[in-house]
Amino acid sequence: MATPPELYQDQPGDPRLPDGDRGSKLLAPLRAEGGRSVAIAVVSTIVFFVVLSLIIVNSPGWDEVKRAFFSRTQFKDSFPGIVRAFLVNVRLFMLSEVLILAFALVIAVMRSLPGPVFFPIRLLAVIYTDLFRGIPTILVIYMLGFGAPALGIKGVPDSPFFWGVVSLVLVYTAYVAEVYRAGIESVHTSQVAAARSLGLSRGESMRFVILPQAVRRVIPPLLNDFIGLQKDTVLVSLIGVVEAFRTAGIDSAATFNFTPYVALAVVYLVITVPMTRFVDAMVARDRKRRQTGGGL
Amino acid sequence: MTAEAVRIEGLHKRFDELEVLKGIDLTVAEHEVICLIGASGSGKSTLLRCINLLESIDAGRITVLGREITARGVDVNAIRRQIGIVFQSFNLFPHMSVMRNVTIAPVKVLDLSAADAETRARELLERFGLADKADEYPDRLSGGQQQRVAIVRALAMRPDIMLLDEVTSALDPELVAEVLDVIRELAAGGMTMLIATHEMGFARDIASRVCFLDDGVILEQGPPQQLFNDPKEDRTRRFLQRIVDAGRL
Repeated sequence: MATPPELYQDQPGDPRLPDGDRGSKLLAPLRAEGGRSVAIAVVSTIVFFVVLSLIIVNSPGWDEVKRAFFSRTQFKDSFPGIVRAFLVNVRLFMLSEVLILAFALVIAVMRSLPGPVFFPIRLLAVIYTDLFRGIPTILVIYMLGFGAPALGIKGVPDSPFFWGVVSLVLVYTAYVAEVYRAGIESVHTSQVAAARSLGLSRGESMRFVILPQAVRRVIPPLLNDFIGLQKDTVLVSLIGVVEAFRTAGIDSAATFNFTPYVALAVVYLVITVPMTRFVDAMVARDRKRRQTGGGL
Repeated sequence: MTAEAVRIEGLHKRFDELEVLKGIDLTVAEHEVICLIGASGSGKSTLLRCINLLESIDAGRITVLGREITARGVDVNAIRRQIGIVFQSFNLFPHMSVMRNVTIAPVKVLDLSAADAETRARELLERFGLADKADEYPDRLSGGQQQRVAIVRALAMRPDIMLLDEVTSALDPELVAEVLDVIRELAAGGMTMLIATHEMGFARDIASRVCFLDDGVILEQGPPQQLFNDPKEDRTRRFLQRIVDAGRL
């Protein structure tokens, strides 16, 4: 008897689904073809990259590039400071993410309210998402970060960190609300009918039946948006928040060397590449699950 | 004379250009089992969905247990508490265990304590042979089991009336019997039911009255013996003949 696929899908130890292969199709075909193919691939890869690096290293101007971007001493000097400053980006990101998840849900639910009475609410939600998805993030950051404190109204904070968070939340809430909405609309109306027929109110149906299913389905696109958000935290440096990008810029300007930027790029890659792979793996798993007829 | 459970008067329902119900009149007494038969698209499902207020109606009146449910300003959720409906496609909540599927409405709508709702659910699951499935999720159950859970979920609200909308149509043939047995037991227990079905043998067995729907009206109704053996209307006869030809009766 065949085991239903759902049984082993979630177990990381399953030998048929090596973790690295779940998202990418890079290695899977080789493995299927057997030892000879693997050997050929290994040899050709080594040869290819050795030749490529020889060409790069022997190109005219390589020494200048190396000095400007890949200076070892520069890297060592500025890396610890950049990592420390990166904690500001992490704080920006964490705080924004929590607020975005909550506000976006409110916007998405507002947009799915039925009936003519709620038309203005729906309209408001539509205008909001159109507006903030249509404006470049940097404009919002500039307008709020420089504009709001300049008004000099009492009680309006003038901290660039504060306005940085507000801007990121405003922009990303619009994107994430759309992701939620797609999830809500993907839940079949028969689920609503079943919930309402049991006497659950509209709100209860949304809360207990629709949203749990909707959110589960949109976790991969949500994570994609948050990878974007992590990267966009550097934009906040432009209104004076001293975070990793600003710190790298200061280091770079002091020495006329671009290695600090490369150091920051490395910090980002260490975080974003595994996350992207993780999302890919989730998407692949979801697809497989749907093909085998599983529920969620 | 038994009390009246459902009274439907002059019910009209249209979806945009298409008029699906063109004046339905039907009275159902308590403990009566009404089977609605008729071709696909004749309006059986729509009629049931109107009784449960899942569809708004365009004209007419529906009265349930003496209360007009199609009047303005009625508490829709309160009415739905009295009426259970089971759908062709089960519509269990896939992210909840069987137990939670069955207890959520009693807890949220009837304000039962979790423990009371669970006791009630266990009794029902036991009664319909699902006791060992309480902690499973719907996608781990067979179609027949899912449909029985859906029936239990509706029964957990202790409804006065049950609406069954082609509840065996999505099932593999070998799973139909287990669901029909559940319905037989409900009928034996005196549950008032309206059943839209394509299972003619079952309808003949269980119905106190059979209604033949054709093109949005109840063309003919009567006791099963009379309607199946001696239909008055030509169309009814042709419909039944097609079923016999298909080997379904």
